Amino acid sequence: MPKLNTLTLAQTLKLLEKKEISLKDVYADVLAACTTSNAALNIYLAINPQAEKEAHLLESQPLRGVPLAIKDNYLTVGIPTTASAKVLDGFMPPYDSTVIKKVKACGGVILGKTNMDAWAHGSSTETSDFGSTKNPRNPEYLPGGSSGGSAAAVAADMCIAALGTETAGSIRQPSAWCGTVGLKPTYGRVSRAGIVAMGSSLDSPGPITKSVEDAALLLNYMAGHDPYDGTSSSQSVPDFTSFLRSGVKGVHIGILYADHPHLKNTPASNAVLEAAKLFTTLGAEVELVPSSGSLEPGKALISDHAVGVYTVIQRSEVSSNLARYDGIRYGHSRSYFGEEAKRRIVLGTFTLSKGYSEKYYVKADQVRNLYIQNYADLFQKFDVLISPTSSGYAQKHGATKHNPMFGELEDQLAEPSSLSGLPGINVPCFHDSKTNLYLGLNIVAAHWREDLVIRTAQAFEENTSWNSWMKNI
Amino acid sequence: MTTAMSPALVHHISLLAHIPIIKKEERSLADDFVTTLKVVEKLMKIDTSSVKHNAHMSGLSNVFRDDQIDENRMFTQDQALMNAHKTHSGYFVVDQILDQE
Repeated sequence: MPKLNTLTLAQTLKLLEKKEISLKDVYADVLAACTTSNAALNIYLAINPQAEKEAHLLESQPLRGVPLAIKDNYLTVGIPTTASAKVLDGFMPPYDSTVIKKVKACGGVILGKTNMDAWAHGSSTETSDFGSTKNPRNPEYLPGGSSGGSAAAVAADMCIAALGTETAGSIRQPSAWCGTVGLKPTYGRVSRAGIVAMGSSLDSPGPITKSVEDAALLLNYMAGHDPYDGTSSSQSVPDFTSFLRSGVKGVHIGILYADHPHLKNTPASNAVLEAAKLFTTLGAEVELVPSSGSLEPGKALISDHAVGVYTVIQRSEVSSNLARYDGIRYGHSRSYFGEEAKRRIVLGTFTLSKGYSEKYYVKADQVRNLYIQNYADLFQKFDVLISPTSSGYAQKHGATKHNPMFGELEDQLAEPSSLSGLPGINVPCFHDSKTNLYLGLNIVAAHWREDLVIRTAQAFEENTSWNSWMKNI
Repeated sequence: MTTAMSPALVHHISLLAHIPIIKKEERSLADDFVTTLKVVEKLMKIDTSSVKHNAHMSGLSNVFRDDQIDENRMFTQDQALMNAHKTHSGYFVVDQILDQE
């Protein structure tokens, strides 16, 4: 039997059900990993001292009391919630976010709250007001972000599974850099209520896990309409695990951005082309999608425009969302905002101000609409679209310094799909044995088609050896 | 057309945003915004003359909650005040915004 903290969620649940392992031993191994590594990697900002106690009361529930790592922007009663921002240092939420309520009701336990870019503004965790997290695969490197702490907690086996949130790349990119699976659901599939708001037209909570099956399992407990979130959808929620064995035979797959000048012949692009070959042998119909600078039928609108669109939309929504922090009802005064938050609030105030909102905000929104139209056209022909999640491997600590556009450029390949509200997943698709770092494959489908994302990702995972946990099975 | 971003403009916007910044930051933020807006300006070349201003990307129309009090969502007074720095007799204490007169 391997160390129990290295088990996937599905394995843990199965072995607990068969009584081949005990919850006590699961907690012993997970907590031992935390004790050994948390100080060095800076993954958890707070650990729930009651976790194991709570777990034993939940053993009969579907999630059986397993320890989960939760990004620190989910409000959690009894555990401090800061969104890694000094403004919220010491804040104790008076209520649980909807997702936390749902997951707890199904037997999930919050083991701890994970580090992130402050307010989720970034793609590295370097903007955290409480220090950056180190990538457990190689601590000289960044874990990515903004859900870097959750991806790192999974990679370091300091939890059984984790929750993150994505605005544009924040689940998938840290998953790519840490060699984990990360699923961003369709916007509106999972409630945003009780999650520290960042870009309200984009924010999507989702699972970060050790396997595709785990992501499907956790999504089952997170998804669904919530009257407390006006943009959550009343779409029916299927059992996402029911699509795991569907395979890709007959699935029409388009390869995006292979002709991007910065991607050609890079390890990231080559890994996607290798994945495409595998999909072909598994019976999928795979085709390259040419890129175009403007909207053309059958062509993909280049990702480059998404950088400007996202920059304007995100800053604008941030300036509005962070206006509520007045230091009166909760939190510290506005003088506590860090450098990156100030930069975003001030720029967002500018792009929404009289005389400039037409020029910047409306224009960005119109180009956003072009992406939505472009995807609608491509999904007439294709079931899923694949590309690298990130343009390369994890970068070293300090990479974000003096680069006010680091996150946007880093997340460029995920931004078009995020701006369009589409579901996507990252699965590890290459491993560099010299650095022990990973590359990720991004699989995107049309609105509400998580089923296609999950079955394609599962087919890839079970026919390759890039997922480090699948070697245990 | 590029926007003339300057420390003076940053100073003005930061007042609107209620973000305290020091003189040195006005200069560095203005420099950062020049870099950022250069990327954004590229959007101006894209023809969007036939594109609508988008409201929601997965097709939701306006959503309203019932006009009823949901007691499950209400805080007790203690819960509402538990994170406030300054309270007085069960109220939040706010900074004075009007002059004495």
